[in-house]
Amino acid sequence: MFYREAGDFKTSYVADNQTFPIKFDRYRYYAVLAVAFGIIPFIINDYWANALLLPFLIYAIAAIGLNILVGYCGQVSLGTGGFMAVGAYACYKLMTAFPDVSMFIHVLIAGAITAVVGVLFGLPSLRIKGFYLAVATLAAQFFLVWLFNRVPWFYNYSASGQINSPERDVFGIIITGPNAPAWATYLFCLIFLTFSAVVARNLTRGVTGRSWMAIRDMDIAAEIIGVNPLKAKMTAFAVSSFFIGISGALFFALYLGAVEVGEVFGIQKSFTVLFMVIIGGLGSIFGSFAGAAFLVLLPVVLKVVGADMLGWPTDIVAHLQLVIVGALIIIFLIMEPHGLAQLWRVAKEKLRLWPFPH
Amino acid sequence: MPDALLFGTEVFLNGLMAGVLYALVALGFVLIYKASGIFNYAQGVMALFAAMTLHGIMVGQVPFAHLINATFGTHIHHFGWEIPALLAIVLTVIVMILLAWLVQRYVFRHLVGQEPIILFMATIGLAYFLEGVADLMWGSDIKTLDVGIPQGGSFWIEENTQWMGMGNENFYGFFLDKLDLVATVIAAILVVALVLFSQYTKQGRAMRAVADDHQAALSVGIRLNSIWVLVWSVAGFVALVAGIMWGSKSGVQFSLSLIALKALPVLMLGGFTSIPGAIVGGLIIGVGEKLFEFAVGPLVGGATENWFAYVLALIFLVFRPQGLFGEKIIERV
Repeated sequence: MFYREAGDFKTSYVADNQTFPIKFDRYRYYAVLAVAFGIIPFIINDYWANALLLPFLIYAIAAIGLNILVGYCGQVSLGTGGFMAVGAYACYKLMTAFPDVSMFIHVLIAGAITAVVGVLFGLPSLRIKGFYLAVATLAAQFFLVWLFNRVPWFYNYSASGQINSPERDVFGIIITGPNAPAWATYLFCLIFLTFSAVVARNLTRGVTGRSWMAIRDMDIAAEIIGVNPLKAKMTAFAVSSFFIGISGALFFALYLGAVEVGEVFGIQKSFTVLFMVIIGGLGSIFGSFAGAAFLVLLPVVLKVVGADMLGWPTDIVAHLQLVIVGALIIIFLIMEPHGLAQLWRVAKEKLRLWPFPH
Repeated sequence: MPDALLFGTEVFLNGLMAGVLYALVALGFVLIYKASGIFNYAQGVMALFAAMTLHGIMVGQVPFAHLINATFGTHIHHFGWEIPALLAIVLTVIVMILLAWLVQRYVFRHLVGQEPIILFMATIGLAYFLEGVADLMWGSDIKTLDVGIPQGGSFWIEENTQWMGMGNENFYGFFLDKLDLVATVIAAILVVALVLFSQYTKQGRAMRAVADDHQAALSVGIRLNSIWVLVWSVAGFVALVAGIMWGSKSGVQFSLSLIALKALPVLMLGGFTSIPGAIVGGLIIGVGEKLFEFAVGPLVGGATENWFAYVLALIFLVFRPQGLFGEKIIERV
């Protein structure tokens, strides 16, 4: 790094718990925010927004949500796709039922509805643990997808069984539908991502987060020292599903525009988000960003290198992608089970001591 | 007998047969879980891989032909020979043993002592990797696998059960697929063989010892690595059998690997550690989902088979968290 700390001078609990205890980091954080909010919207175009930025922002929200559940509270969930579908369908029903209400409110309510559904499917986690729970969440995944496929009320009895996002605006600027400008959708997603990251960070360093981590590390011991497992697990499911619901709503309304539930929110989606969390780093907000960025970039890079530069047929590239993602996951787990976030931490430690490691 | 009862019985019987096939996949899971504590998500993809390899060897396909052609501009696709089914099966078993060795050597040896959830994630990575490799090797088109197992409805059973209709003219006897009957027999043989193997052979005893306690097994001189390779090979063999059965039934294609997901509720019902549990769980799930689809499906729009097994297992687990035959979970702080 470009800085050296000169000792540990924290005198209060608040100072000790700061997210960015070093001024340089804090300024870098402000700089990143300034670039994201102030510069990118002016230079963004449709290709960048649709190929990279929107999926990254939306997946990052989902990864933060899942990270709270898996990384902080230790409850493995394979139902992410199903919960994203809840967010998407809730948002769709709200958008069509109340066209005049702001999209901000729709997305937030969609998140809240998902939170309720998440708590419902999270209830068994009080009795079921570990792998058994992971498999139990599959029930949520398959049941929810089936429900949205088979009950016509959810897709407003449309002939195709798809849901299409109607054109809606925020403060007069169109943000959904084909006519939405790239910068508007980008900013809308960015606001939700920033909101999610700030909320998640502050929850995880407070009482709630500590109780989640206590449950994760050893639930019986946590119970004995007075952590209420019901409260901790249910809040984890609720908060996690809230974020996942938001990301599902954005994924449908802003990114895709039209959704066929089995295809978009199938079991593959659950695994994709889970991989983001693993590769990024379990129990780290930064890791959620890193993992989402990595898995969004990888297919694009592979496509550019494999199909455009080497001229391979697209099916080979698609298969190679599976091989590479699978191999990367295994390599990551072997080399660094704590993911990109841990690599970043180690690199930072090394750089701080460099060039005098002793 | 009334129609509904007759059809219900037929559905019940077909459910039993489907359950046997689920149990075959679940068996592979149980084997690996018992011996190494690894929850092997890749079992379904191993079945797919085995079935594709078997098909590729039988028709003499050149592995990685598509990739080689794309890279070097050649046009190879087949060696031009056909290999009889039995020999091809033996070759595939060798491939699966090799795969087991590779997996053990390059993946799980490096992950000894990690948390179970990390191991589980690694098997998901393995599943992706294997699926990609299988597609690259043999192409991702749907293949028909024919190793000489009889298929189609069994007329003998149909004729000999017609009397049960008691003069009901809509009833022509029970329809049962021959393939399912063969699968049932093979599953039964496999289970008996596995139980005998693990009870009465030296390797089987070593396997059970490893399952009981890794370190204790090491200290009495059991070689962990070779036992794990053995276990993965046996699981690979079970995957091959499951792959042959499912592949002959509905073609070798990607959806084959999804039966692994169906095997999960089977495992939950039966308990992760019990071989008889896998069989009983498979039968319960198979019969349950077919009967539920038959009785309730039409009322709610059908395709309840997609989720019924999971929800059943979920409800069941709330009352008995370790499954039907699983070892009681004892937690210590």
